[in-house]
Amino acid sequence: MSQLDNPAGVIHDIGYQSYRGARLGRRYAVRSVYVHSLRTAFGLGRSARAKILPLGILALGCVAALVLVVVSSQVPVQVITYVGIASTFSYGVTAFVAVVGPELVSRDLRNSLLPLYFSRPITRSDYALAKLGALASAVFVVFAAPMLIMFIGVSFSDKHGLGGILSDSGALGQGLLAALIHSIVFAALALPSASLTGRRVFATGMIIAIFLLTAPVSGVLAEVGTGSMANLAGLFDPISLLNGVDNWLFGDGLTQVGGYGPIYGLVTLGLAAAGTALVLWRYRTVKA
Amino acid sequence: MILIETDALEKRYGDVLALTDLTVSVEPGIVGLVGANGAGKSTLIKLALGLLEPTAGRISVLGLDPRVDGEGVRARVGYMPEHECLPPDVSAAEFVTHLARVSGLPRATARERASETLRHVGLYEERYRPMGGYSTGMKQRVKLAQALVHDPELVLLDEPTNGLDPEGRRAMLALVQRIGSEFGISVVVCSHLLGEIERICTSLVAIDGGKLLRSASLSSMTRQSDLLMVEVDEGDTPLAARLTQDGLRVRHRDRVLLVDLTGDRTFDLIRDAVADLDLSLHRLERHRHQVADLFRDAPEVSDVAAR
Repeated sequence: MSQLDNPAGVIHDIGYQSYRGARLGRRYAVRSVYVHSLRTAFGLGRSARAKILPLGILALGCVAALVLVVVSSQVPVQVITYVGIASTFSYGVTAFVAVVGPELVSRDLRNSLLPLYFSRPITRSDYALAKLGALASAVFVVFAAPMLIMFIGVSFSDKHGLGGILSDSGALGQGLLAALIHSIVFAALALPSASLTGRRVFATGMIIAIFLLTAPVSGVLAEVGTGSMANLAGLFDPISLLNGVDNWLFGDGLTQVGGYGPIYGLVTLGLAAAGTALVLWRYRTVKA
Repeated sequence: MILIETDALEKRYGDVLALTDLTVSVEPGIVGLVGANGAGKSTLIKLALGLLEPTAGRISVLGLDPRVDGEGVRARVGYMPEHECLPPDVSAAEFVTHLARVSGLPRATARERASETLRHVGLYEERYRPMGGYSTGMKQRVKLAQALVHDPELVLLDEPTNGLDPEGRRAMLALVQRIGSEFGISVVVCSHLLGEIERICTSLVAIDGGKLLRSASLSSMTRQSDLLMVEVDEGDTPLAARLTQDGLRVRHRDRVLLVDLTGDRTFDLIRDAVADLDLSLHRLERHRHQVADLFRDAPEVSDVAAR
């Protein structure tokens, strides 16, 4: 504290150096926000407490993938496909976005950080898109890491040699594509909700509500409905919707879509676009 | 070059007029922006940064229009907001490094300059601790550091002494003065305490109720600067009469006599007068002509100066 009490005397001898080096422009600035947010998503550069949930969920997914590898090396049939991982892990990933989404945006609102960002070269839309991109990327990592672990494990235990690995990598590609679609939609739904409030608890609640309270609706509709009604039921909750898209694109998802695949595709695209527009609108009007 | 120039600038929030018809031109240096709370100081700063859009009129900062080239303005300007803006669970080093990158400094340089700037504002080993545990004084220093880290041409400081104790205020003002003089960065510093910032500023802009009261360089305001304050126990009236008789210019302020200092002889005259009248002298002090006095002279600005 003694240094603080008399700072002028202590710092006098250092001498201020003006900066003549490179000033990278707005694009670099946006990338910095993106990278920082991606690290924040997993609690990197922050306290141990901030790491527990996101890294815990990631670890859980990886352990599950390891178990699947062991099981599938013992039984003759394939236990789960890569696309299947995207479908079945989605419920767990809901918890991830519900924790990480508010971490990325509500914290900045709560601590009134926005004026510090907006008084720098980036624009409000840059900030919004960087955060959206960071959340989508973080979710993608959570989907993709288990898939890669499974791919590596299966490759080592493969009985069909190189050909088997090649065909497996095709399946992995499909899985990663499904993961990409899932993560974009997850981010586009979670981020606008989280950006509405500086209270992380409320933000988390809102996200969970969007994903889990809608699930029974489509569940009931799928049960009681018949024919096209049952096939369209998945449109009413985000995870069934995404699984429907998997079913349509890869013929491998938990929601049965019948001939309505393109509708699932359109609704998904619409959701992603609407979510992005909502985040942009929110940050255009937010007070800084 | 002109630092900030406004022309009939107006900002309205719904029905509330925050700034009206503000035309002012500010030269480089340490500029004090004074006015009561709600006078429109923060609004003016946010307009300068392009964080707000003016409803009418024009503003230019470092020769650029923030509305047209916001990126260009914000790359060359640093901003220290008035309110708290530090995440409690991040260390100052990490935080300032990140913001340096958002200002466009390359990765490694950002880290280097963050440490350097934090040292300049007086944060040493504490910078690796989470900021939640910092005192108000330390938090203000971090806020100042993030505004300086990219070596801007101009920093806008919104009430930097807010919430500090007298010692902290003094240290912060000394720091602001160093930024303006040693660092060679122009400063616009907001305060509702005129008496506090007048000591460090080279020019002052006073606004009240969204209108410009007065804008001038401090040297022109305080040219007739040398005054002696004389305070005696009783009998200040006869003393004033005697000194006037001796050919000195004397004014009363409360119980204090303000005497124009014309040379060493002034001291002798006062000493002799006090001795001759057999008064007890409490204070004989050289006093710089305060800007507050100048503002007090104009009747319509009296309440700003008083705050």
